[in-house]
Amino acid sequence: MIDFELPEFIKNQNQLIQMVAEQAMRPYSRDLDEHEHERPQAFVEMTWPFAQQMVKRDLKGLEIALNGRTGQNGNGAAKSAPTKPNYAILSLIMMIEQLSWGDAGQYLCLPHPMLGGAAIQSAGTPEQQIRFFKRFTEGEPKWGAMAITEAGAGSDNSSMRTTAVLDPDSNEWILNGEKIFITSGGLALEESDGVCVVWATVDPKAGRAGIKSFVVEGHTPGVTIAKAEHKLGIRASDTVTLHFDNARIPYENLLGSAEVRQKGAGTKGFKGAMKTFDSSRPAVAASAMGIARAALEFTQEKLAEEGIAVDYTKGTHELTAVERDLMEMEARHKGAWLLTLRAAAQMAHGQSNRLEASMCKFRAGEAVTWITQKAVELLGPMGYSREWLVEKWMRDAKINDIYEGTRQINQLIVARAILEYTRRELK
Amino acid sequence: MLADAIARYANERVRKVFRDAEEDSVIPTDVVKAGWEIGILPTGIPEAYGGFGEYSAITGALAAEGFAWGDLAVTLNLMVPNLVAIPLMLAGTEAQKGAYLPQFCDEAMPRMTAALTEPRIQFNPYKLKTTASLAGESYELNGTKTAVPLADNAKFILVYANEDGQTQGFLVPMDAEGLEIGKRNKLMGINALPTFTIALTGCQVPVENKLGGADGIDFGLILAHSRVALGAMAVGVARAGYEYAREYAKERVQFGEPIAHRQSIAFMLAEMATDVDETRLLVWEAAWLLDKGKDAARETAVMKRHIDEMVVRTADRAVQILGGYGYIREYPVELWLRNARGFATFDGLAIV
Repeated sequence: MIDFELPEFIKNQNQLIQMVAEQAMRPYSRDLDEHEHERPQAFVEMTWPFAQQMVKRDLKGLEIALNGRTGQNGNGAAKSAPTKPNYAILSLIMMIEQLSWGDAGQYLCLPHPMLGGAAIQSAGTPEQQIRFFKRFTEGEPKWGAMAITEAGAGSDNSSMRTTAVLDPDSNEWILNGEKIFITSGGLALEESDGVCVVWATVDPKAGRAGIKSFVVEGHTPGVTIAKAEHKLGIRASDTVTLHFDNARIPYENLLGSAEVRQKGAGTKGFKGAMKTFDSSRPAVAASAMGIARAALEFTQEKLAEEGIAVDYTKGTHELTAVERDLMEMEARHKGAWLLTLRAAAQMAHGQSNRLEASMCKFRAGEAVTWITQKAVELLGPMGYSREWLVEKWMRDAKINDIYEGTRQINQLIVARAILEYTRRELK
Repeated sequence: MLADAIARYANERVRKVFRDAEEDSVIPTDVVKAGWEIGILPTGIPEAYGGFGEYSAITGALAAEGFAWGDLAVTLNLMVPNLVAIPLMLAGTEAQKGAYLPQFCDEAMPRMTAALTEPRIQFNPYKLKTTASLAGESYELNGTKTAVPLADNAKFILVYANEDGQTQGFLVPMDAEGLEIGKRNKLMGINALPTFTIALTGCQVPVENKLGGADGIDFGLILAHSRVALGAMAVGVARAGYEYAREYAKERVQFGEPIAHRQSIAFMLAEMATDVDETRLLVWEAAWLLDKGKDAARETAVMKRHIDEMVVRTADRAVQILGGYGYIREYPVELWLRNARGFATFDGLAIV
């Protein structure tokens, strides 16, 4: 069935987030952009209770699933009940879009497991998920992060060098190496008792098969912030380099299977990293679409104040250049947004979405880059001025064309999928 | 199930004849007959009028894409009766629906068509040059129409004309005084579909033949439905080009390996696949809005321009991927490029 209707609870959620965006994000956007590395206090304070509720909801679902599995609550019906769509991912996508409409940099500072959470959900056991997520439901605000990129391992993340070695005496993993470009790495590990999922190899000779993910908790000795980046945009969000110098973490912080060293165990760990992208790429696309909508709405509004609005009943020969641009901006925004919703809906229905996740990500990154650049152009000197936020949105937008896989690496994934080619056949 | 029947028909019947049909400017009658017998239109007409279903723009969009993947000219030919039936369902009076709709549920394809396009550069369906003015018990129509499909064989033509600045529809019987069927048009593509220029010179039409009665029609709604249909057909044409180019690129070996091993080719295919999926979603969303009774005039106007460009870009890429062979008429992609270019001018030429 083809249906574009959103569930009622998501519509209600949107109204609430719209308020957060208008009251706790937009008024601080310019100031946070001009003072890089300052924290968005108002946003964090306003969203922490809400974020806690979200994680509590996830935990409740996990506990039910866990009890159902072990039969502890005697609820045998849970096993045979027909599977209903899991709208949590759709709700998350809508939230990200709306928050990014407010401010894409501040959105990344949401006190929530975020990308680290996606990795824990993809590769962790239910017990691990409960253990690592519980802290996000109590006490002071906490953050989640994920560390995968290294200086020599960007899109080619299978060539990472960070190592994890098991110390049999203490039953701890010892991490050594350096990870770069970690969103909210400082918030997660230095400024709160959050979590950061770190990808490392347990056997550098094993290639992809040796790569596993580990949860590093806040204030772990041996973990230091080596650098905080200065960026083109999303300046409210901290992007750091993490240095691991014999950082010891408990054995149980390895995500997924404990049988890591067995021969023939395949590339399960690496695939876990890749599975994270199935949800994180639509999330990035959603963030892109929030910025795109902000820029589009603002441009339409400001042009309308000058008496410039699209007449949708005009013939091709009658349209002005501005009308053509505005119509194309609308179309590209809507198209990329629908691709994003499709990838999310597939997740909600438990369908594989590897291809569609990459499709929506590269198309959304491309669309928001073009739309925001167009917005600056159409608004003339005012578009370029820092009096308005449009120029900032254009700078913020570009990150969506890059992180969670550049446009090109996602196109490559789409191309391989549609051609049914391996990495060797299509490099 | 309907979609399966259409896919089978498109693949097994249409794809066997579409090149010859284009070269000879005629579609074999048995192919048209088989397409009509799938029964898309009657499934959208309510039982009260002799049909067996309920109208849905989404179903129409699915059908249009499936047919158009086979061939655009054949699709437009099959959908000609829709040009009258669907505006009747959307905007007709009870009397008009009762009088005409049952004719669309017959075994034989009804001989009805519509005339919207006018032969001039500055054509805009909202600002027609063909005029309608009320004089006593009849309307007088004056103007020239072009790209009127199957006009030579029609019993009625739904002529759109400008009445006091509004686009209104008038059912003109073929024997109406002042109606003249002119020459068959020669077009860049879709040559298998016979279309004609018609002249209306003081053409008299009874007042009860005005679509929607005295109040007339909401033309924007009819145009929105038409744009959904054409958008879906453009997706079908684009998908045909994309799939053909993808298979070709996997087979064509140069420098010892398939050309699809090169990113320059593979990335074009990735863009094509994404364009097809994206525009299909735009079409479906607009169709869904229409089925919910929403006004999608804005959405469909935006979508139409976007898809008109997408289908040309995609068909062009297909030609490019085939290289020299893409330019040769033994291969289908040059025809798809010619057909694709037509969408920008096909406003109102189809409705499902």
